This record gives sequence, structure tokens and C-alpha cells, in this order.
Amino acid sequence: MTSFYQTPEPAGFAGIRSWLITFDHKRIALLYLFSILFWFLLAVTLGGLIRLELMFPGKTVLSAQMYNSVFTLHGVIMIFLFIIPALPAVFGNFFLPIHIGAEDVYFPRLNLLSWYLYMAGGIVAIVSLFSDGFPDTGWTFYVPFSISTNTNVSTAVFAAFILGFSSMLTGLNFITTIHKMRAKTMGWLQLPLFTWSLYATAWVQLLATPVITITLVLVVVERFFNVGLFDPARGGDPILYQHLFWMYSHPAVYIMILPGMGVISEIIPVSARKSIFGYKAIVASSLAIAIAGSLVWAHHMYTSGMSETAVFVFSLLTFVVAIPSAIKVFSWVATLYKGAIEMTPPLLFSLCFIYLFSVGGLTGLVLGAAGANIHVHDTHFVVAHFHFTMFGGTGFAFFAALHYWWPKMFGKMYDFKKAYIAAILVTAGFMLHYVPMFVLGLQGMPRRYYDYLPQYAAGNFFAGFGALCMIAGIGLMMVNLLASLTRERTAGTDDPWGGVTLEWTIPSPPPLHNFDKDPEVMDYPYDFTKVVAAGSGAASMDSETGK
Amino acid sequence: MTAQTDASGKKLGMWLFLYTEIVLFGGLFVLYAVYFAGYTEDFIAGAKELDLFFGVVNTIILLISSFCVAAGVTAMQKANKNIALAGLVGALACGAVFMVNKYIEWGHKFAHGIYPGSDRLMDGPPGQNLFFGLYFVVTGLHGLHIVIGMTLLAVSLVLVTRQKITAQNNAVLDNSGLYWHLVDLIWIFIFPLFYLVV
Repeated sequence: MTSFYQTPEPAGFAGIRSWLITFDHKRIALLYLFSILFWFLLAVTLGGLIRLELMFPGKTVLSAQMYNSVFTLHGVIMIFLFIIPALPAVFGNFFLPIHIGAEDVYFPRLNLLSWYLYMAGGIVAIVSLFSDGFPDTGWTFYVPFSISTNTNVSTAVFAAFILGFSSMLTGLNFITTIHKMRAKTMGWLQLPLFTWSLYATAWVQLLATPVITITLVLVVVERFFNVGLFDPARGGDPILYQHLFWMYSHPAVYIMILPGMGVISEIIPVSARKSIFGYKAIVASSLAIAIAGSLVWAHHMYTSGMSETAVFVFSLLTFVVAIPSAIKVFSWVATLYKGAIEMTPPLLFSLCFIYLFSVGGLTGLVLGAAGANIHVHDTHFVVAHFHFTMFGGTGFAFFAALHYWWPKMFGKMYDFKKAYIAAILVTAGFMLHYVPMFVLGLQGMPRRYYDYLPQYAAGNFFAGFGALCMIAGIGLMMVNLLASLTRERTAGTDDPWGGVTLEWTIPSPPPLHNFDKDPEVMDYPYDFTKVVAAGSGAASMDSETGK
Repeated sequence: MTAQTDASGKKLGMWLFLYTEIVLFGGLFVLYAVYFAGYTEDFIAGAKELDLFFGVVNTIILLISSFCVAAGVTAMQKANKNIALAGLVGALACGAVFMVNKYIEWGHKFAHGIYPGSDRLMDGPPGQNLFFGLYFVVTGLHGLHIVIGMTLLAVSLVLVTRQKITAQNNAVLDNSGLYWHLVDLIWIFIFPLFYLVV
């Protein structure tokens, strides 16, 4: 069976160049995978530098101006170049068409264009680094500072503008694909949950991204033409900028987390050999998160000077969003209950996800409550909270997805033992890194400050130490995964975990057109009776033990 | 295995894209709404300075252009190539006249010292600065969309002459037409908001 790696090359486009003009969703997914991994590792390094700087009081490795640029760059890369595209662009591109029994996405050319826009956005961001210095505004580009600072805000904002387009076009493509290209026999309630989560995500991408586009355009217009739309001296209102910014950027956190939840909803039932608990509830909660999550943006602005009524309403809505998230957590745990659980590296990452995401979600309620928010606003508590949800959530879901689908994408299995060690190192480092930041925040240490009072020294030291453990774990994970690529193709990777969604019915790596014969769509996507009857176990193969 | 077979998805994709355009302008309309509530008097005074004649003429021109595009699209579906070409040429001509009018109109404003960051706006009442700031940003962005729309129509025109767009295969023309109608529709909202405030 020839896989999509052996696609005939068009004349004059040999080797890597044939990849650069491909319309194959699987190849585009891999283009995304390696470019996204590059940005991720770069941003991890920058984050490590921030932590190293804060590990000891006073100047350690960075100057103050450099520190401002580094935390801005860390945020911009992690958000626009890693977390937003990571799961939809890599795993969505690769598995969404396969999950619905299709040959490709509906707009394959648009798909390649999205990747080029993504790369262009990344390059523009890099260019701004070397021209007038990267912005020191933080990734939120708040006015009036973003309009008055001398650093190169315009270029960085333009980069985010291009990346927004890329993300929007991917969303548009996915919605059309899911509507128009499902296998004839596949109804909406036979879709795998990962596909459902991508569907909800795509709607948020379409709903919200144009708002950030116009907001960023306005920042550039203000910088070049000095219109004064946000300048209070000339009648403007800087709070309006914050509203417009968060109207996109809060829904954007659901663009980040929803696909992650979808990944976990795939891995948990497969690892437990048990149908997912509450399929419809999970679908409904994805859509509920997409809708309610679009209505809570101003909870970032309790201290900005909004009316009391607005604070009350947004606080209430914020609590409402917690409900669908909790439904998912309970469904995952209930799926595991009395299941025939077989531990695998993707499951371990998924379990860590559930724990870390729950902590992130619950601390979100502390921040969502208007009273408590005043105390911890703009402190390290906030930083710890969103790293628990974004990194402990989406980041760990990304790791889980990498380990879950790696054998399908490459036909090669990684070493389990190293994967477990990496997972434990990353999780332990994570806890040591961010838990002290909760405490520091409650004690009043502000975020984004270059230096701090002596009483915060111990917490910052532990956080820095945890960051180092975490980076070591990520390094081990990457080495372990990439090392597997140099090996011979492993046998038995077609369905190593005992999964039943459509991607596990085809060879690994998949053939060019995904399905050589029409796929058989099951009445219910999580029916494990056949897998249990055959007794084929998850993790029945490991590249080291070679079973 | 499902391969892309019908063109209905292309239209769905286009509608989704048009939706994002509406939200894009929606952000500016939010700004307008908030500032209009705060500076109603200044906005009315500002609107009086705009040339209603140009506004009305441009509105009529865009309505005619939309009719041309709609006629062209329908003609193409009935395989009437010549009428389709005439419709597209008419729409492009309307678009060009619109842009010329816009140029003259903006030129007059500049000549009167009304442009972003001008002394007159800097020292005048803040509400008028906001009104004209929004006026230039919104009509500027809309003008950009007119140019994009004209490009799409021109591409369709070339494809029709080269027989790439036919009665059966007319998704490009259809979608370009939809885009043009959207640009027109946005103007229908811009016109009263800036020219007819009383």
C-alpha cells in the first residue's frame, strides 16, 4: 500500500518543493506541524528566559527593556503562532477529513493559502524584531501605550492581522467541509467528538476574528494618521479599545481550548474501552461554550472603569461558562469509571490535562468573581491561571494528540518509557512552576514587572526551578518523538490503541486519497464491542519491547 | 469516500466569508454608536459639512451597479454571454465613477483643512474630530472594498470572455456578485449614518 508520502512528484518540483505546492490536507498538516513546533520551542525558550530573569531579584540575564520585549514576543508567538493554530491546523487538517470519510477538505487550495499566510505572519513578526525592536506592550497592544511607544508595534500588529486571516480561512474551510463532505451515511450525531469540537471552534473563529482584524487595523491607522479615535484628549475612549480587543480575544481562548477538549474526548473512551459518557451532552456543551464564551469578554476589564451593572452582568455570564466546561470534565471522569483502562502515554497526558484544566477552570472562577478579581487583578495569580488553562489545557492536549496520532501520521511508534518520563517531568515541572505563582499573586506580586520585593524571592526561585524541569521534559518528549522518525516503519501501527473512529480503519500512514474503498460508518462513533471481543489491547505494541 | 462534487459548498464558503466582512464593519459601527451617543450635537454639525449631493449620487450609482451585477449573473445562468458582459462592464464603470466621486469629495475636505490630525480637527470640538475620524476610516475601508470588488468583477469579466465561466460553471461570477452586493449593502448603512444625521 503506498502512503501519501509516496505521492508522485510534479515535474520540476522534487523533494521538499513538491510539499510546498501540495493541496493534500495530510501534507499541509505536516507542514503546519513542523512550523508550529519551531515556534513553540522558540517561545518556550523565551518563556524560560523570563523565568530565569525572575529567578533571582535584580538583573539576571535580561535588561529591563529587553524583558518587556521578551514577554511580549513570548505571548504573541504562543498565542497567535502556537495555541490558536496548533490543534485545528495540525490535527484538524489531518484528521477532520478522515473522521468524516472524505478525501480532502472542501477548499484544498485555500488550505494551502492559509499555511502560506501563517508563514508570512511568522516572518513579519520576526522582521519586526530586527527593525525597530519588538513591541514592549504585551500581546494585548493596549492603547494609549501601543500608539505612543517607539518600538515597532505596526509590524507586529500587521503580523497578527495576517495570522488572523489564516485562522479565519481555516475555520471557513472546516465548516464548509463538515457540512458538505460527510460520508453519505454519516449524520450529525455520528460525528466523532474531535470533529464536533472543531466545528464549534470554526464558528468562533469566524465570529470573532474579524473584530480583532478591525481593532488591529485601527491601531495601525492611529499610529500612521493620528485620528484620535481612542485618545481621550480628542474625545476618544481607550476603554472602547479594550472592549473591541477582548470581544475577539476572549472568544479566542475558546478557539484554543475547544479542540483540546475534543482530543481528550477521543483518547479517554479509546483508553477505557468504553463508550463516551454523554456524547450529546459533550456536543451540546461544545456549542454552549462557543456561544456563552462569546459573551463574557469584559471580565478582563473589571478594573478598567466599567459601570457596576456591566461588571455584575459579565461576572454572572462568566460563571455560566463554567457549567459546560464542568459537564465535559464530569463526562470524561464518568467514562473512565468501570472502564477497562489501559495506560498509554496519550492517556497519561489526558489525565494530567483533566487535573490541570480543572485547576485552571476553578481559579478562573476566582477571577470571574468581581470582588476577588479586584484583589488579584494583574497579579501573578492571573498568569498562573491562564497558564493552567492554556498550557495545562491546550498544551497538554497538544502533547496528548501528538502521542495519540503520531503512529497514524508517520507509521512509526515512539519509545513508551521515555514518553512516560517526559510526561511526568513536564507535569511535575509545571506544578512547581505555576503553583508558586498562585501564591505570589495572592501575596500581591504584579505581573509583567521586571523586579520584585525580597519577600517574593522564594516563590520566584521555585517557579524558575520548575520551569527548568518542564523545559527538560519538553526537550525529552521532542527528542523521543523525533528519534522515532529515524527508525524503520513499525508494524501494527494501523490501530495501536484499539480506536474505532475512521482513521483507525485505514493503513498508517494513510494512502493518498485516505480511503481505498468506501468507509463503513458506524451507527455510533464510540462502539467498542468489537474491540473488546477481539481482546486487542491498547499499547499492545511499543517500539522498545516490540510486542 | 466523499470528494468535492457540487458547487453549493463554494457558495456556503462565500456566505461565511461575507459574514466576516459584516463583523469587520460591525466593529466600526460599534465605535460609531458609542461616540454618537456621547457627542450627538457634534455629529449633527459634522454631517452638515458633508456634501449630501455626492452622497446621494454615489448611493444611486451603487444601486445601479448592483442591478447590473444581478442582471449579469442571471444572464450568465441563462447562457446569455453578451448581456452578462454588458452587466459586468456597467458595474465596473459605476464602481469607477464612485471612486472618482470619492476622490473629489475627500479632496474638498482636505482643502477645507479636514483630514486626520489636521489643525482644524485637533483644535475643534472633540466630537467633530471623532465624526470626521470615523468618516475617513469607514469610507476609506469601504473604498478599499470597492477596489477589491472591482478586481473580482474584472477577473470574472476576463473569465467570461475566455469561456472559463459558463452557464453550468459560474461559481466565480456568482461569488464575485455576492461580494459586490455586500459592498453595496454596507454603503447603504454608511450613507444615512454619515450624511443623513439630524
